[in-house]
Amino acid sequence: MDIYVCVRRVPDTSEVEIEIDRSGRALEEDDFSWDINEWDAYAVEAAVQLKERLGARVTALTVGDEDDEEVLRRALAMGCDQARLLSDDVFAGADSWVTARILAAAMAEPRPDLVLCGAVSADQGRGQVGGFLAGLLDLPLVALATDLQVEEGSARVRHEVSGGVEHLVDLRLPAVVTVQTGLNEPRYVSIRGIRKVAGVEIPVLGAADLGLDPAELQPRVVTEELFPPPQGGGAEILTGSGEEQVERLVELLHEHGGLV
Amino acid sequence: MREILIVVPGPGDEAAELTAAARSLGEVRVTAAVFGADEEAAADLAGLCERVVVFPAAPGGVFDGEWAAAALTPWIAAEQPFLVLLAHGNDALDLAPLLAARTDRPMLSDCLEIGLRDGRLVGVRPLHGGKVRARVAAVEAAGYLATVRPGAYPAAAAAAAAGQVVEGPAPTGFSPRREFVGAVAAEAGEVDITQAEVLVAVGRGIEEEENLDLIRSLAEALGAEVACTRPIVDKGWLEKSRQVGTSGRTVKPKVYLAIGVSGSFQHLGGLKGSPFLAAINQDPAAPIFAAADVGIVGDLFDLVPLLEEKIRERRG
Repeated sequence: MDIYVCVRRVPDTSEVEIEIDRSGRALEEDDFSWDINEWDAYAVEAAVQLKERLGARVTALTVGDEDDEEVLRRALAMGCDQARLLSDDVFAGADSWVTARILAAAMAEPRPDLVLCGAVSADQGRGQVGGFLAGLLDLPLVALATDLQVEEGSARVRHEVSGGVEHLVDLRLPAVVTVQTGLNEPRYVSIRGIRKVAGVEIPVLGAADLGLDPAELQPRVVTEELFPPPQGGGAEILTGSGEEQVERLVELLHEHGGLV
Repeated sequence: MREILIVVPGPGDEAAELTAAARSLGEVRVTAAVFGADEEAAADLAGLCERVVVFPAAPGGVFDGEWAAAALTPWIAAEQPFLVLLAHGNDALDLAPLLAARTDRPMLSDCLEIGLRDGRLVGVRPLHGGKVRARVAAVEAAGYLATVRPGAYPAAAAAAAAGQVVEGPAPTGFSPRREFVGAVAAEAGEVDITQAEVLVAVGRGIEEEENLDLIRSLAEALGAEVACTRPIVDKGWLEKSRQVGTSGRTVKPKVYLAIGVSGSFQHLGGLKGSPFLAAINQDPAAPIFAAADVGIVGDLFDLVPLLEEKIRERRG
């Protein structure tokens, strides 16, 4: 069984002040720390667990440049068998459509039995690549998996649907499954673990290697401008000493019936 | 006149908001696609739109992205609507990108606004959990697809003029590669947060499982129940029945105190009835402050014990 798992390196912007760069279309990245997209870590863990249980071969893929190799190292350290860095100057400015085209091309040989992707990425939040892949590869799709059991030629997937409900579905493989957080517990990767896979060669594949015509790699959606969300209309931010702020908050909670 | 197809689960907020989003683009003709709607539901939708197409329900009678994509793809190819709109949410993740790929359309995801410029679809969408917004534009194409964030457009009022209701064909030659087995019953949990009048919600900012005692103790002082965001459940620190959000419970408290909660739209989507929303967060740019009535920017590990102390003092 061949499993492909698609991963992406994303910045952690939860605690940093976001600044838009001079181009107006990107962020100042100096203060960012980068890591594997959270959803993708669950996808890698799911793939590795299937390998351990069923003897699958797991290939990790990412579209990016040399800085993105580190997420592939991490995927290898978690137990993926091999990794491919899909990188080419003509991939610059790839939107999720182009990204999916590139990933699909990298799955031409061997053909996948199962494709796992994180359901969304923490930075862009588009949630498109998995669905695009299903369309491009003509495979069935299940989004937002919270449990995944694979047997010969089929998968039973629990997934989140609208309305706070989960459904169980059976999938005939090959298929694309996008993974929700909480599906498993992604294993901890130590620095030693990363060092152990430092020698593993990660082939870099470009458009020509993948049989892609650069003319087909035109993005369908272009980011024209970034801007901060509108201010105002939000919370009254309390001021004064910590003690004063807390006392005011207690008053307000009391006024609104918060002290039951 | 531009034809816009909205794909909806039935009448309700989603349909009314998508209709409003469609009509914001000017003179348009709105068609609603719905799966397995009864006469009454179809008639309700017909009060919003010029046309309603009722496709047969998927086997199992539930939403199924595979079935929906198989039914809609030939319909879209034949009718060529200028734009296909869906509400951004779990079901859209299961269908919209698949449908965009099958119908070969540029897709804008999770839009707060949609618009037209030189006949092309443009939009505004959030990035980085709502800390930045992007103006995005689709390239020129015969048709487009977009998902619109719930709540981004005020619901359109139903017009008295009834649209036409027609039947949509079942997908031909559909061989199911995906089959519905059953719905998973939600675990009951030890408390029912949907009934609580006061909730203290805890998010990722709590950092460690042991620190939850701070929150439990504060909730006890307030007489509140403890609720949480998804990451807390993913880590196994609190049970799923305490999760508020589009993939968790929908709650309607009077007061909601969010501590170390960033305020993702998935989380806030589970908060109804406009409670008094207070937030404590380290990050002044956290989206929770845009939604909250009152906020304190600071370290929850200093503020929460102090808050509990002041509450207990006040109660005597």
